[in-house]
Amino acid sequence: MEIVIDQIEYRYPNGVTALADVSLRVAAGEQVAIVGQNGSGKTTLAKQLNGLLRPSSGQVQIGDWRTDGHSVAQLARRVGYLFQHPDEQLFQRTVAAELAFGPRNLGFDAQRTAALVTEALHSLALTAVAQENPYDLSLAWRKRVALAAVLAMDTPILVLDEPTTGQDARFQALLAGLLLRWRQAGKTVIAISHDMEFVAANFTRLVVMHAGRVLRDGLTAEVVGETAVLQQTQVEPPAITRLAQGLNLPQTVWTVPDFLAAWRGNGRK
Amino acid sequence: MALVRVTDLTYRYPQTAVPALQNVTFSVEPGEFVAVIGANDAGKSTLCYALTGYVPHFFHGQMDGSVQLAGLETRERPLPELVTLAGLVFQNPTTQMSGVRDTVRGEVGFGLENLGVPRAEMHTRIVEALAMTGTTELAERHPRELSGGQQQRVALAAMLAMRPQLLVLDEPTAQLDPVGSRELFAALQRLSRTGLTLVLATHKLEWAAAYADRLLLLHEGRLVQQGPPQALLTQPQLADWGIAPLPFTEAARQARDEGLWDAERPLPITLADAIVGFLEMRDTSKHF
Repeated sequence: MEIVIDQIEYRYPNGVTALADVSLRVAAGEQVAIVGQNGSGKTTLAKQLNGLLRPSSGQVQIGDWRTDGHSVAQLARRVGYLFQHPDEQLFQRTVAAELAFGPRNLGFDAQRTAALVTEALHSLALTAVAQENPYDLSLAWRKRVALAAVLAMDTPILVLDEPTTGQDARFQALLAGLLLRWRQAGKTVIAISHDMEFVAANFTRLVVMHAGRVLRDGLTAEVVGETAVLQQTQVEPPAITRLAQGLNLPQTVWTVPDFLAAWRGNGRK
Repeated sequence: MALVRVTDLTYRYPQTAVPALQNVTFSVEPGEFVAVIGANDAGKSTLCYALTGYVPHFFHGQMDGSVQLAGLETRERPLPELVTLAGLVFQNPTTQMSGVRDTVRGEVGFGLENLGVPRAEMHTRIVEALAMTGTTELAERHPRELSGGQQQRVALAAMLAMRPQLLVLDEPTAQLDPVGSRELFAALQRLSRTGLTLVLATHKLEWAAAYADRLLLLHEGRLVQQGPPQALLTQPQLADWGIAPLPFTEAARQARDEGLWDAERPLPITLADAIVGFLEMRDTSKHF
């Protein structure tokens, strides 16, 4: 499902402008990462997509719906939203109940709800803790539960706010596998992240935000090497990109094999 | 004398079968900067709680073995006494904020008020803590209106105002951008130089490598390795403990296999070391 953000501005009630003239079009099935320093407007932008915030001017369109004509509950059918802090979204007594809450609320019947819960538990390797209280799990696992709860709503669009925060290499590999599956399933994904290694490895399009505006919107392969652009919004290129830059390699690379290939070819005196 | 002495610590949260920490033994000398690394569920947060007395006083559960802070057995001392010895900074600063003070100054002084510290003394400590964390100019701002990085430094200031001997930080940069992280680490480095003892749990190996004197590596509740970052982070078996090696280290390791990294040179754990190593190899190698 396509997302069209058209020249939106957003001012918080205290008068602070958090978004200024932001336009973005994300095609159905596309996966886009948004990066930028703390306070650059990433989360404020993400919250426009499910109606938690409404633009002060301009409009946001989710498929054929304008967000200003639809409630948060309606938008929840189209946009699944993973909060940065899992504790903002977990409140049921068991993991399974937490996952069932969303689909049930959307009016799905018991059979479909059960199937979605089972699949979401499986996707996030949560089956063994299905009957645990989420708050008996560690923060990293609560984050998994929160993501599973979003998946169980089976929305065509997923908005993930800092999905890798506090997560180890194993979870990152699991998430990379899920992104691949969602790509094949045609789900539209917008991920906000500070984790440039994760972003570079998993997203082909990168939107860079600074001071409430889109500073750059382009192919990850190009943008991760644009140190001057990234520096404006306090983002660092991935480690291998920095290494290649430090060695004055002309190519933008971010994986070890690509780095070694570039170094073999260009490291000559 | 060691400031922290953990001996054969085993801890189980209430109503759980598997211990979160098992037979953990180590000590921390005054002034040391120690980073705790490990995969999710390795026990990093639980260790942070144990070092600050929240385990067992707040979380209860079954604790065996001993944790001593400045010679005091934490199990035998009440939390209000322990907070003056060891402060804990959480991953999410909003968890830590009192929510009942509408200025940064008030927030930083909140813990002191609770301890009944005299007003003049409070003022001195607040000013000092704000200065150490670079938050002086935020003193009259509302804590909720600050960026994540600023909030985390305010949370740090609130702990420093208690003048602990040990500061424990659980993933304090998880939600910060690189600049917020750098500001926090710069503050930690300044504090470390003043002699404050620091224990930091983190997934961010690049920062741990650059700043910590020593690493503790936890895996499934056990302390499996400890040592200087260089020795620990260049081991090939890191992946067995669920930790991805630093990209610089991995690049050099693979380059070494091809003869593009000097086999005599230690593998790098910082960007600067990696650049120097690759350039020197190029300048002396017949491969190029």
